[in-house]
Order: sequence, then structure tokens, then C-alpha cells
Amino acid sequence: MYSGVMSVSRTLLGLLEVGPSHGYDLKRAHDELFRSERPLAYGQVYATLARLLRNGLVDVEGTEAGEGPERKRYAITDAGVTDVAAWLSTPENPQEYLHNTLYTKVVLALMSHRDAGQILDAQRAVHLESMREFNRRKQSGDLADQLICDHALFHLEADLKWLETTAGRLAELGQRVGR
Amino acid sequence: MILQASRLAKSFGATQALRGAGLTIDAGEIVAVMGPSGSGKSTLLHCLSGILQPDGGTVTYRGVDLGGLSDRDRSALRRDDFGFVFQFGQLVPELTCLENVALPLRLGGTGRRTAEATATVWLERLEVEEAGRQQPGDVSGGQAQRVAIARALIHDPAIIFADEPTGALDTLQGEKVMQLLSSTVRGSGAALVLVTHEPRVAAYSDREVIVRDGRTADAANAA
Ligand SMILES: Nc1ncnc2c1ncn2[C@@H]1O[C@H](COP(=O)(O)OP(=O)(O)O)[C@@H](O)[C@H]1O
Ligand SMILES: [Mg+2]
Repeated sequence: MYSGVMSVSRTLLGLLEVGPSHGYDLKRAHDELFRSERPLAYGQVYATLARLLRNGLVDVEGTEAGEGPERKRYAITDAGVTDVAAWLSTPENPQEYLHNTLYTKVVLALMSHRDAGQILDAQRAVHLESMREFNRRKQSGDLADQLICDHALFHLEADLKWLETTAGRLAELGQRVGR
Repeated sequence: MILQASRLAKSFGATQALRGAGLTIDAGEIVAVMGPSGSGKSTLLHCLSGILQPDGGTVTYRGVDLGGLSDRDRSALRRDDFGFVFQFGQLVPELTCLENVALPLRLGGTGRRTAEATATVWLERLEVEEAGRQQPGDVSGGQAQRVAIARALIHDPAIIFADEPTGALDTLQGEKVMQLLSSTVRGSGAALVLVTHEPRVAAYSDREVIVRDGRTADAANAA
């Protein structure tokens, strides 16, 4: 959910607050700690570090022998610490959930006389399949896996509750959007 | 395929609870029956398991039409081949939990010691052996459901019918019950028909069947 560019840079910055590090170690720590679906690409790590450097949020603490960006050791600056602190203490924006692609699709389907119920049915099937996958991963995982999977499971469940509510009110919605 | 139902209809007075519901269940699979409250899930489960006689349509178990059986044969089939788990209240309050679990074997003519020894094993599988000597009224809701699952499985049924088995439990208790239910059912090779309106419970299934207004849609065929 928070996989935007902004969040990767804040996450790397947060890791650097723990201690100075190389890009390579940052990537490994990130993938291991947060179990992200897609591991960070090195290119993204170095591009992010370059941007943080430009913005004065990190410094290059030392460059070891040899060529290439991976030899640089990065450290967080005071401005970086302030930025991380501000980010951590700012609640995530719940408005995120107002930008709902599925709702848009349902409305467009109703307006174009397509079967909106079918869109919801297909989405339910995909959501449930995804829940099964997280559930399996959770059964065999450690505590980190369990909590990460629970996060996904509760969100998918919330989506499904919305989906059922909407499925029950399609006719009403159809009238409102002028079907 | 061990259970098949087609074109089921069932009314209660003016209420058409089922109007063309059907599904098939393969041996050993876990199928979630989902849908809004009042959509006919429980009525469908009762028709599938021979508790209720539908007004129309057929239910076939291993090639035998349940509608063609005498009440007596249908009861015997339910006792021997099916297991049941409901939301609550299915345990006999006067018996200990161990005696409750042993009951299906006792009713089938097994001696008390053998039945209770087997029941002890099942209580251990459901991680609730400590409840054995207590009465259902003295154990937690989660423990009672595990006892009920042990009782449903003890006679090695081919199909378990569960109606909102976690409906009265909180999230963590419900999750533990679902883990144990799904793993013991898979271990036993029984099929499970799992009625639930909760997605997190349905996530333990292999596939789902959606009921709406007394009709079923098979997700596999819908998308
Ligand atoms: N024994 C009964 N007598 C009268 N109406 C019933 C009875 N059982 C169910 N119904 C009605 O049939 C419909 C379907 O009920 P049910 O199968 O219990 O739905 P669900 O389990 O999906 O909530 C509902 O409208 C319910 O009120
Ligand atoms: Mg019900």
C-alpha cells in the first residue's frame, strides 16, 4: 500500500538512522525486515540515496577503495533525522481509500449497461484467492510473516465487506447514476 | 464428487429461502458457502445434509438420492457419514466434554472405554484435552467449538457440515478454531462444507460458492 517512491526513501532514511550503511546492506536489510513483495532493485536504492544526498538528508561518510556507487558509506544528517521523525509521527492519510478504482468501474459499468455484478463477482474471487495465499503463508511463517499477512488479510476483508454492501445496492446505484 | 445438489427449492410459508440452488462437492475438498445474511446459506446446508427435505430439486450423496430414502435411512446416513459443527449449542450440557466427543461412537455401539480413549486422542488433536472432564457450560466458547469439532470428526465421516463455526468467537479464538478445523479435516480426508459470511474464515477453503437470494453462483464458473 505504501510502496510509493516517497515511502522507499523514508524507509531507507529510517534504516540509516540506526547506523551508517552501504547501499547493498540497506537493500538487504529492507527486504529482510519488511518482506516486501518485490525486493528493492539496486538501481532504485542508488537513485534514492543520490536524491537524499542532494536534499541534504544524508552524507557520504566515506568511500572505500574501488569504483562504483556501492563503495559509498552513507550516514543520516540532522535534517534527515528531523525528516524521519516528522514522517513517523504523521498518520497515514485515510483518504487513500476514497480513490477507489472498483467503485469507478462499477459506476461506469452501470452507466454503460454492462453487468456490474459480474465485475464484483470477479473481484471477490480474486480477493479471496489472494486471502487464501496470505493465509497459507501465515500458517507456515514466523511472527513477522504472520503480522504482515494479517495486515493484508484485514484490508482484503474490508474490501470484501464493501464489495458485498455494494453488490446488495447495485440496483439503487444504477438508478442514481441514471442507468 | 461425493455430493451433488441441483435446482434446490425450499420455502417457509411465503419466504422462498432457496430458489434454484445447486453445487457439487468433491471428496476431501473444503468449500466455503458465502453470502449475505438471510440469503439461504443455512437452509442450503440443511438440505445438503438431509436435515431438511427440499420442496424441489435433488441432493445426491455417492449416487444415492437423499429424497428417495426413508426418514430412518436418512438419519442413519447423517449419523454414519456426516459430521456437524454449528455456531453454538450443539454439545449435550449434562455430559462432560469427553463424553460428548465419545457420543457418536457410543451411539454406534462402541464400548465406553474404547470410545473414551478415542475421544481423548481427538481432544488432544484439537488441543483441548484439558476440557475433557469439564461440562460444556464450564469451558470457553473457543474450547467448546474445538470439542464440537472433535465430536464431528470422531466417527470418520466423509463430509463435515459447519454452519458459522466461528460466529460466536472473537478473531483470535476463531482463527485458532479454523486452523484446527481445516488441518484436522484435511488430515482425516473428509470434505468440509463451510457456511460463513466472513472472508477470513472462507480463506481456509479451497473454493467458494456464493449464495444470493436463494440462488448459487459458482465462483469458478462466474468469472
Ligand atoms: N425455519 C424457518 N422458518 C421460517 N423462515 C425461515 C426458516 N429458516 C429460514 N427462514 C428464512 O429463509 C431465509 C433464508 O434463511 P437462512 O437459510 O437461515 O439464511 P442465512 O443462513 O444465509 O442467513 C430467510 O429469509 C429466513 O428468514
Ligand atoms: Mg445461517
